[in-house]
Amino acid sequence: MGKQKWALYWAASCGGCEIAVLDVNEKILDIAAAADIVLWPCAMDFKYDDVRAMADRSIDVCLFNGAIRSSEQEEIARLLRAKSRVMVAFGSCACTGGIPGLANLTTKDEILDRVYIEAQSVVGNGHPVFPQPHTRVAEGDLELPVLYEEVSKLSQVIPVDYYLPGCPPTPDLIMTAVNAIATGQLPPPGAVIAGEKTLCDVCPRVKQEKKITRIYRPHQIIPEPQKCLLEQGLICCGPATREGCGAQCIQANMPCRGCFGPPAGVIDQGAKLVSAVASIYEGDTPESVAAMLEEIVDPAGTFYRYGMADSLLKRKRVGTAGK
Amino acid sequence: MEDNNGKGKTRERIGVYVCHCGSNIAGVVDCPAVAEYARSLPDVVLARDYKYMCSDPGQTLIKDDIKEHGLTRVVVASCSPRMHEPTFRRACEQAGLNAYLFEMANIREHCSWVTDDKAKATEKAKALVSAAVRRVVWQQPLQTREVPVTPAAMVIGGGVAGIQAALEIADAGFKVYMVERDPSIGGHMAQLDKTFPTLDCSACILTPKMVSVSQHPNIELLAYSEVVDVQGYVGNFKVKVKKKARYVDEEKCRGCGICEEKCPGRVPSEFEEGLGKRKAIYRPFPQAVPNIPVLDRDNCLYFQRGRCRVCERFCDSNAIDYEQEDRFVDLDVGAIVLATGYDLFDASADMRYGYRRLDNVISALEFERMCNASGPTAGRILMANGKEPKSVAIIHCVGSRDTNYHQYCSRVCCMYSMKFAHLVKDRVGHDTKVFEFYTDLRAFGKGYEEFYNRVQEEGVTFVRGRPAEVTDVPETIDEVGKLIVQAENTLVSRQVRIPVDMVVLSGGLEPRSDTAEVARMFNISRSQDGFFLERHPKLDPVASMTDGVFVAGCCQGPKDIPDTVAQAAAAAVRAVGLMNKGKIQVEAATSMVQAELCSGCRVCNKLCPYSAITFDEEKKVSVINDAVCKGCGVVAAACPSDAIVSRHFTDAQILAEIEGVLV
Repeated sequence: MGKQKWALYWAASCGGCEIAVLDVNEKILDIAAAADIVLWPCAMDFKYDDVRAMADRSIDVCLFNGAIRSSEQEEIARLLRAKSRVMVAFGSCACTGGIPGLANLTTKDEILDRVYIEAQSVVGNGHPVFPQPHTRVAEGDLELPVLYEEVSKLSQVIPVDYYLPGCPPTPDLIMTAVNAIATGQLPPPGAVIAGEKTLCDVCPRVKQEKKITRIYRPHQIIPEPQKCLLEQGLICCGPATREGCGAQCIQANMPCRGCFGPPAGVIDQGAKLVSAVASIYEGDTPESVAAMLEEIVDPAGTFYRYGMADSLLKRKRVGTAGK
Repeated sequence: MEDNNGKGKTRERIGVYVCHCGSNIAGVVDCPAVAEYARSLPDVVLARDYKYMCSDPGQTLIKDDIKEHGLTRVVVASCSPRMHEPTFRRACEQAGLNAYLFEMANIREHCSWVTDDKAKATEKAKALVSAAVRRVVWQQPLQTREVPVTPAAMVIGGGVAGIQAALEIADAGFKVYMVERDPSIGGHMAQLDKTFPTLDCSACILTPKMVSVSQHPNIELLAYSEVVDVQGYVGNFKVKVKKKARYVDEEKCRGCGICEEKCPGRVPSEFEEGLGKRKAIYRPFPQAVPNIPVLDRDNCLYFQRGRCRVCERFCDSNAIDYEQEDRFVDLDVGAIVLATGYDLFDASADMRYGYRRLDNVISALEFERMCNASGPTAGRILMANGKEPKSVAIIHCVGSRDTNYHQYCSRVCCMYSMKFAHLVKDRVGHDTKVFEFYTDLRAFGKGYEEFYNRVQEEGVTFVRGRPAEVTDVPETIDEVGKLIVQAENTLVSRQVRIPVDMVVLSGGLEPRSDTAEVARMFNISRSQDGFFLERHPKLDPVASMTDGVFVAGCCQGPKDIPDTVAQAAAAAVRAVGLMNKGKIQVEAATSMVQAELCSGCRVCNKLCPYSAITFDEEKKVSVINDAVCKGCGVVAAACPSDAIVSRHFTDAQILAEIEGVLV
């Protein structure tokens, strides 16, 4: 078997996934040995036209990170899908929408107003200028990608073969995926390259019957290192989050943030977290329940931190009815 | 049958039946149009509309279609599943189709009864049918199971309701545990002097029943005890009862009363509504059952100051035990009757009438104790100065029929107020002036109207009007030293000021102050007025929403003694019926843990109201005991990893249903 052809792409994400690929350290040489990189805009100089010129399904594997929220991202996602035999949603944003997915709690107009009018760094914009998809200049037509009303996870735009979750995916998981791809020992299509159960299954902390009377934010207490964080009042997303990360945050005495997405079978990670937390809360008066709700600052951002675009509701309603 | 509907499901053959319910549904919903629409839905092989689906011909229609057309699923669009789900499930089973392959769409309560808009009601009925059709495809056959019923009942509350229920159940041959919070059973009825309209002596008719309770071989009385925890389910409840420390050994005490006689402590008596005193070691009243005193620790010299022990010294049977502690007993029962009674509305909440502020403004129960021969005044109606009143005003509807307090009518106040009027005339003298201030007179029971006529003939003055206030500030020389009742006589549209010596406030009946906690403990609902909610206001007024828990007496709503006794007997029959059967069918739609998905996070462990869930420490997974699970779905909803499946309410079923509504 000759050398494989790989493409790596970066859509709506922070770039951490790109760094994560380099985080495999010296094993990057194994990757280089196994594959020729044909597209990696972050690290190497390729042109989209080079990809367009390739035959369909001529790329063996595409590692696609980032969510889809602009016309350019969608266009390249579709292009890479056509050219690739195997499409991997790489990292939380591609898998479930990730942090950019929280933009679905607002609207395109609100975002543009914030950035081009309201932001403190905007000065002298008496006549606000918004980015235009097309601008005529003497040299011709300048084109900018269009920002979409909503953020989508990759599989809502193109068919995806495998999911490699994490914010970012851990080097171990990346190497597991690389080895599987390199040796052709791939799991069945649609598989998530991580565990099947939730983080609690591998969490080393002692878990007991759960009842909490108040909720803390991570900066408010130093939790006991051996005891379940949820039992200590911290919103740990572990019970509704797929394992596979090696419980890194837990071992650093921090609650799980949920970046690996829901475990197999769960349709809506945030809803599951909400019902789990509500179920163990020991409030029996309307007042105590109201007090607990006050203690959860930014519930949508807490329970749907990585899963807004992947949720049943997906987004805030747009249009007059939603405002 | 073999092709696929795109959801990984085999094709089903669904029959849809749209019920007219006479004109109940068909008057608003276009039933033929709904049936027509149903025919267009996936997997539906036939759809019919029919006048009464629950009738025999209606059920036969379903049965014949299952056989002739090979239906594999059935949907009936009619009333609430609470009404006829069992009917249609049975029909399906009789035709050989598993009962859980049936689904019901409620197009009566949810459509025709909530709007007059025919177009919208029809549209909604179509959506509900669409939801049911899409859901039923995902339903799976389930098997119901039977479990044995514990042949013992618990009656909570030892008032007349509880007493009646306990005696009925015990007479039917079943063991009864009667739990009473106070030192003696008897409840409010024991405090009353006479009962309307017959004027029987309340104690004379009640105390024989109290004694029967204490002597009945099938009744175990746990007085001065409270239920602290209830687990389990119909037929198999596990109740934890706290027996509060009496500091008197029940086995040794012979009830001679010497301790009570010698005790130096004197505190206001709860039973006498604070009008009389009792000792620190006491029986609330002479005929108390059990006839065993209780030592009131907070008012006992020995407990408070460390010396005295007089009761111990005089007790011949060495029954005094200062070391006694609260004890907890666990009881297994098959049925529970709640008969926890009521609280009298606290008239001091209504400032206008001066209760606890003005002398000689007294509550209904205070008046009862005053009239009672064994009460604090030995049956004499007396003012604070020890003299008899020459005129008495009785104010109805205090706290009742008043949007500031309780909207409902307390049903007994009119009658007991007229009984009071009679008692004033009887005890103080026929020349005593008595004024009844009423809103409307409600004398609806057997012999009640006759009693009203009798009291009128006795010369009682009836003033139709709710008094604005009771004051001791005189405006004329006649009013000096009197209580003046200011009211509008609405029959003549004129303000009246009536000076009297005494005012009796006929307070309404309200839910016990701890009704919310009790409801939570027994997992039953309350109606808007705060009383326990019966399962159906007309057809099932003695059952609660929780199987095996029945309600009797004023805890379910204000009622008089005859109604209370009738309801208590009815509740007893229901409990006996349950125990007589010996076995009950339990829900097949239980929940299960898929061990391969459970991560052992233990979120679910404390949630099950029936204690059906345990944690397997070895395998680190949670486990549901199928025999105990009632399928309430709490843990399935809470399980953050979807490891728990609630049978008959799976994600696939619910999502298909939602999708069906939205299509």
